[in-house]
Amino acid sequence: MKKVLNEMKLSFPGLSENERFARAAVGGFVSIKNPRLDELNDIKTAVSEAVTNCIVHAYRDSVGVIELTAKLTEEGVYIKIRDRGCGIEDVKKAMEPLYTTLADEERSGLGFSVMQSLCDSVTVKSKPGSGTSVVLTKRLRTKL
Amino acid sequence: MAVYISEGKNGEIIAKITGEIDHHAARWLRADIDTAIQDKNPKRLLIDFSGVSFMDSSGVGLVMGRYKNMAGRGGTVSLVNMPEYIEKVMRLAGMDRLLSGKED
Repeated sequence: MKKVLNEMKLSFPGLSENERFARAAVGGFVSIKNPRLDELNDIKTAVSEAVTNCIVHAYRDSVGVIELTAKLTEEGVYIKIRDRGCGIEDVKKAMEPLYTTLADEERSGLGFSVMQSLCDSVTVKSKPGSGTSVVLTKRLRTKL
Repeated sequence: MAVYISEGKNGEIIAKITGEIDHHAARWLRADIDTAIQDKNPKRLLIDFSGVSFMDSSGVGLVMGRYKNMAGRGGTVSLVNMPEYIEKVMRLAGMDRLLSGKED
Protein backbone atom coordinates (compact mmCIF):
# COMPACT_ATOMS: atom_id res chain seq x y z
CA MET A 1 0.00 0.00 0.00
CA LYS A 2 1.15 3.54 -0.77
CA LYS A 3 2.14 5.94 1.98
CA VAL A 4 -0.77 6.65 4.33
CA LEU A 5 -1.60 10.36 4.56
CA ASN A 6 -4.55 10.19 6.92
CA GLU A 7 -6.41 7.51 8.82
CA MET A 8 -9.54 6.99 10.89
CA LYS A 9 -11.00 4.13 12.90
CA LEU A 10 -14.58 3.61 13.96
CA SER A 11 -16.31 1.00 16.06
CA PHE A 12 -20.09 0.93 16.25
CA PRO A 13 -22.95 -1.52 16.95
CA GLY A 14 -24.53 -3.30 14.00
CA LEU A 15 -27.81 -1.41 14.10
CA SER A 16 -29.45 -0.68 10.78
CA GLU A 17 -29.55 3.07 11.46
CA ASN A 18 -25.75 2.94 11.54
CA GLU A 19 -25.63 2.08 7.82
CA ARG A 20 -26.22 5.76 7.20
CA PHE A 21 -23.77 6.83 9.90
CA ALA A 22 -20.98 4.64 8.46
CA ARG A 23 -21.25 5.93 4.90
CA ALA A 24 -21.63 9.53 6.11
CA ALA A 25 -18.52 9.19 8.28
CA VAL A 26 -16.44 7.72 5.46
CA GLY A 27 -17.86 10.29 3.05
CA GLY A 28 -16.85 13.07 5.41
CA PHE A 29 -13.37 11.62 5.85
CA VAL A 30 -12.76 11.22 2.10
CA SER A 31 -14.23 14.67 1.42
CA ILE A 32 -11.18 16.22 3.08
CA LYS A 33 -9.41 15.67 -0.23
CA ASN A 34 -12.17 17.11 -2.43
CA PRO A 35 -12.89 14.01 -4.53
CA ARG A 36 -15.16 14.10 -7.54
CA LEU A 37 -18.83 13.72 -6.63
CA ASP A 38 -19.20 10.44 -8.55
CA GLU A 39 -16.17 8.99 -6.75
CA LEU A 40 -17.58 10.04 -3.39
CA ASN A 41 -20.97 8.46 -4.21
CA ASP A 42 -19.24 5.24 -5.31
CA ILE A 43 -17.33 5.02 -2.01
CA LYS A 44 -20.40 5.74 0.11
CA THR A 45 -22.44 3.14 -1.78
CA ALA A 46 -19.75 0.45 -1.43
CA VAL A 47 -19.41 1.15 2.32
CA SER A 48 -23.17 0.99 2.74
CA GLU A 49 -23.24 -2.43 1.04
CA ALA A 50 -20.45 -3.84 3.22
CA VAL A 51 -21.93 -2.53 6.48
CA THR A 52 -25.40 -3.78 5.52
CA ASN A 53 -23.92 -7.25 4.96
CA CYS A 54 -22.57 -7.21 8.53
CA ILE A 55 -25.97 -6.25 9.93
CA VAL A 56 -28.13 -8.50 7.74
CA HIS A 57 -25.91 -11.58 7.56
CA ALA A 58 -23.04 -11.60 10.07
CA TYR A 59 -25.11 -10.43 13.03
CA ARG A 60 -28.42 -11.83 11.87
CA ASP A 61 -29.56 -12.88 15.35
CA SER A 62 -27.62 -10.38 17.44
CA VAL A 63 -26.17 -6.88 17.45
CA GLY A 64 -22.40 -7.16 17.28
CA VAL A 65 -19.63 -4.64 16.80
CA ILE A 66 -18.55 -3.45 13.37
CA GLU A 67 -15.03 -2.06 13.02
CA LEU A 68 -14.26 0.30 10.18
CA THR A 69 -10.84 1.59 9.20
CA ALA A 70 -10.33 4.12 6.41
CA LYS A 71 -7.01 5.38 5.06
CA LEU A 72 -6.20 8.01 2.50
CA THR A 73 -3.05 7.17 0.58
CA GLU A 74 -1.20 8.98 -2.20
CA GLU A 75 -3.19 6.86 -4.62
CA GLY A 76 -6.69 6.85 -3.21
CA VAL A 77 -8.71 5.31 -0.43
CA TYR A 78 -8.45 2.03 1.51
CA ILE A 79 -11.41 0.91 3.64
CA LYS A 80 -11.64 -2.15 5.84
CA ILE A 81 -14.95 -3.27 7.34
CA ARG A 82 -14.74 -6.05 9.88
CA ASP A 83 -17.29 -8.01 11.87
CA ARG A 84 -16.96 -10.88 14.33
CA GLY A 85 -20.19 -12.53 13.32
CA CYS A 86 -21.12 -15.89 11.82
CA GLY A 87 -18.71 -15.76 8.87
CA ILE A 88 -19.27 -16.99 5.31
CA GLU A 89 -19.02 -20.70 4.44
CA ASP A 90 -18.37 -20.15 0.73
CA VAL A 91 -17.05 -16.69 -0.12
CA LYS A 92 -16.88 -17.40 -3.86
CA LYS A 93 -20.55 -18.38 -3.91
CA ALA A 94 -21.54 -15.39 -1.76
CA MET A 95 -19.90 -13.06 -4.28
CA GLU A 96 -21.85 -14.41 -7.25
CA PRO A 97 -24.26 -11.80 -8.67
CA LEU A 98 -27.86 -12.23 -7.50
CA TYR A 99 -26.91 -14.95 -4.99
CA THR A 100 -28.78 -14.36 -1.75
CA THR A 101 -29.82 -16.43 1.23
CA LEU A 102 -32.51 -13.88 2.09
CA ALA A 103 -34.72 -13.56 -1.00
CA ASP A 104 -37.82 -13.49 1.22
CA GLU A 105 -36.52 -10.28 2.79
CA GLU A 106 -36.08 -8.66 -0.62
CA ARG A 107 -32.30 -8.76 -0.56
CA SER A 108 -31.21 -8.49 -4.18
CA GLY A 109 -27.97 -10.46 -3.88
CA LEU A 110 -26.08 -7.60 -5.49
CA GLY A 111 -24.09 -6.27 -2.54
CA PHE A 112 -20.70 -7.67 -3.58
CA SER A 113 -21.39 -6.97 -7.28
CA VAL A 114 -22.06 -3.33 -6.48
CA MET A 115 -18.86 -3.12 -4.40
CA GLN A 116 -16.84 -4.71 -7.22
CA SER A 117 -18.38 -2.44 -9.81
CA LEU A 118 -17.71 0.77 -7.87
CA CYS A 119 -14.27 -0.01 -6.40
CA ASP A 120 -10.92 -1.00 -7.92
CA SER A 121 -10.56 -4.00 -5.64
CA VAL A 122 -12.69 -5.93 -3.16
CA THR A 123 -10.99 -8.52 -0.94
CA VAL A 124 -13.06 -10.72 1.35
CA LYS A 125 -11.65 -12.90 4.09
CA SER A 126 -13.95 -14.97 6.22
CA LYS A 127 -13.92 -17.82 8.69
CA PRO A 128 -17.17 -19.45 9.77
CA GLY A 129 -17.79 -18.66 13.42
CA SER A 130 -15.11 -15.97 13.58
CA GLY A 131 -16.26 -13.22 11.24
CA THR A 132 -15.54 -11.51 7.96
CA SER A 133 -13.39 -8.66 6.74
CA VAL A 134 -13.98 -6.76 3.52
CA VAL A 135 -11.27 -4.49 2.13
CA LEU A 136 -12.25 -1.95 -0.51
CA THR A 137 -9.76 0.16 -2.43
CA LYS A 138 -10.46 2.90 -4.91
CA ARG A 139 -8.10 5.20 -6.76
CA LEU A 140 -9.15 8.81 -6.76
CA ARG A 141 -8.60 11.03 -9.74
CA THR A 142 -8.18 13.87 -7.33
CA LYS A 143 -4.51 14.35 -6.58
CA LEU A 144 -4.07 13.78 -2.85
CA MET B 1 -36.62 9.33 4.13
CA ALA B 2 -40.29 9.47 3.21
CA VAL B 3 -42.65 8.40 0.46
CA TYR B 4 -45.49 10.58 -0.78
CA ILE B 5 -48.31 8.68 -2.45
CA SER B 6 -50.63 10.33 -4.99
CA GLU B 7 -52.92 9.25 -7.81
CA GLY B 8 -52.21 10.13 -11.44
CA LYS B 9 -54.65 11.15 -14.17
CA ASN B 10 -54.94 7.64 -15.55
CA GLY B 11 -55.50 5.82 -12.26
CA GLU B 12 -51.86 5.06 -11.66
CA ILE B 13 -50.27 5.41 -8.25
CA ILE B 14 -47.27 7.70 -7.96
CA ALA B 15 -44.86 6.96 -5.12
CA LYS B 16 -42.43 9.85 -4.75
CA ILE B 17 -39.52 8.84 -2.53
CA THR B 18 -37.35 11.42 -0.81
CA GLY B 19 -34.11 11.01 1.15
CA GLU B 20 -31.82 8.01 1.27
CA ILE B 21 -32.73 4.42 0.37
CA ASP B 22 -30.79 1.78 2.28
CA HIS B 23 -31.68 -1.43 4.10
CA HIS B 24 -32.87 0.53 7.14
CA ALA B 25 -35.18 2.79 5.12
CA ALA B 26 -36.39 0.16 2.64
CA ARG B 27 -38.56 -1.70 5.13
CA TRP B 28 -40.65 1.43 5.84
CA LEU B 29 -40.87 2.41 2.20
CA ARG B 30 -41.94 -1.12 1.31
CA ALA B 31 -44.74 -1.09 3.89
CA ASP B 32 -46.08 2.32 2.79
CA ILE B 33 -46.04 1.53 -0.94
CA ASP B 34 -47.59 -1.92 -0.48
CA THR B 35 -50.37 -0.42 1.64
CA ALA B 36 -51.17 2.03 -1.17
CA ILE B 37 -51.19 -0.80 -3.73
CA GLN B 38 -53.49 -2.83 -1.51
CA ASP B 39 -55.88 0.10 -1.02
CA LYS B 40 -55.99 1.44 -4.60
CA ASN B 41 -55.33 -1.68 -6.65
CA PRO B 42 -53.78 0.33 -9.54
CA LYS B 43 -52.77 -1.04 -12.93
CA ARG B 44 -49.55 0.93 -12.87
CA LEU B 45 -47.16 1.96 -10.12
CA LEU B 46 -44.87 4.84 -10.91
CA ILE B 47 -41.90 5.29 -8.58
CA ASP B 48 -40.43 8.80 -8.68
CA PHE B 49 -36.77 9.00 -7.60
CA SER B 50 -36.30 12.74 -8.11
CA GLY B 51 -36.01 13.35 -4.35
CA VAL B 52 -33.65 10.46 -3.63
CA SER B 53 -30.16 11.54 -2.57
CA PHE B 54 -28.62 8.07 -2.05
CA MET B 55 -29.43 4.47 -2.92
CA ASP B 56 -27.60 1.17 -2.52
CA SER B 57 -28.71 -2.31 -3.63
CA SER B 58 -31.47 -2.27 -1.01
CA GLY B 59 -33.28 0.02 -3.46
CA VAL B 60 -32.99 -2.67 -6.12
CA GLY B 61 -34.61 -5.14 -3.72
CA LEU B 62 -37.35 -2.58 -3.03
CA VAL B 63 -38.12 -2.22 -6.75
CA MET B 64 -37.93 -5.98 -7.39
CA GLY B 65 -40.40 -6.61 -4.57
CA ARG B 66 -42.88 -4.01 -5.85
CA TYR B 67 -42.47 -5.38 -9.39
CA LYS B 68 -43.47 -8.86 -8.15
CA ASN B 69 -46.38 -7.42 -6.18
CA MET B 70 -47.71 -5.50 -9.19
CA ALA B 71 -47.07 -8.35 -11.65
CA GLY B 72 -49.10 -10.64 -9.39
CA ARG B 73 -52.04 -8.25 -9.85
CA GLY B 74 -51.54 -7.91 -13.60
CA GLY B 75 -50.03 -4.45 -13.17
CA THR B 76 -46.75 -2.77 -14.15
CA VAL B 77 -44.03 -0.67 -12.54
CA SER B 78 -42.21 2.32 -14.06
CA LEU B 79 -39.24 4.16 -12.60
CA VAL B 80 -38.97 7.87 -13.35
CA ASN B 81 -36.75 10.88 -12.67
CA MET B 82 -33.81 8.75 -11.63
CA PRO B 83 -30.52 10.58 -10.92
CA GLU B 84 -27.52 9.20 -12.81
CA TYR B 85 -25.76 7.77 -9.74
CA ILE B 86 -28.86 5.76 -8.84
CA GLU B 87 -29.36 4.61 -12.41
CA LYS B 88 -25.84 3.15 -12.26
CA VAL B 89 -26.91 0.73 -9.48
CA MET B 90 -30.20 -0.10 -11.26
CA ARG B 91 -28.38 -0.91 -14.50
CA LEU B 92 -26.15 -3.36 -12.64
CA ALA B 93 -29.28 -5.26 -11.65
CA GLY B 94 -30.78 -5.10 -15.15
CA MET B 95 -33.64 -3.01 -13.80
CA ASP B 96 -33.06 -0.25 -16.34
CA ARG B 97 -35.76 -1.77 -18.58
CA LEU B 98 -38.27 -0.30 -16.11
CA LEU B 99 -36.88 3.20 -16.58
CA SER B 100 -39.35 5.61 -18.15
CA GLY B 101 -37.22 8.74 -18.21
CA LYS B 102 -38.63 11.97 -16.91
CA GLU B 103 -42.20 12.72 -15.94
CA ASP B 104 -43.83 15.70 -14.31
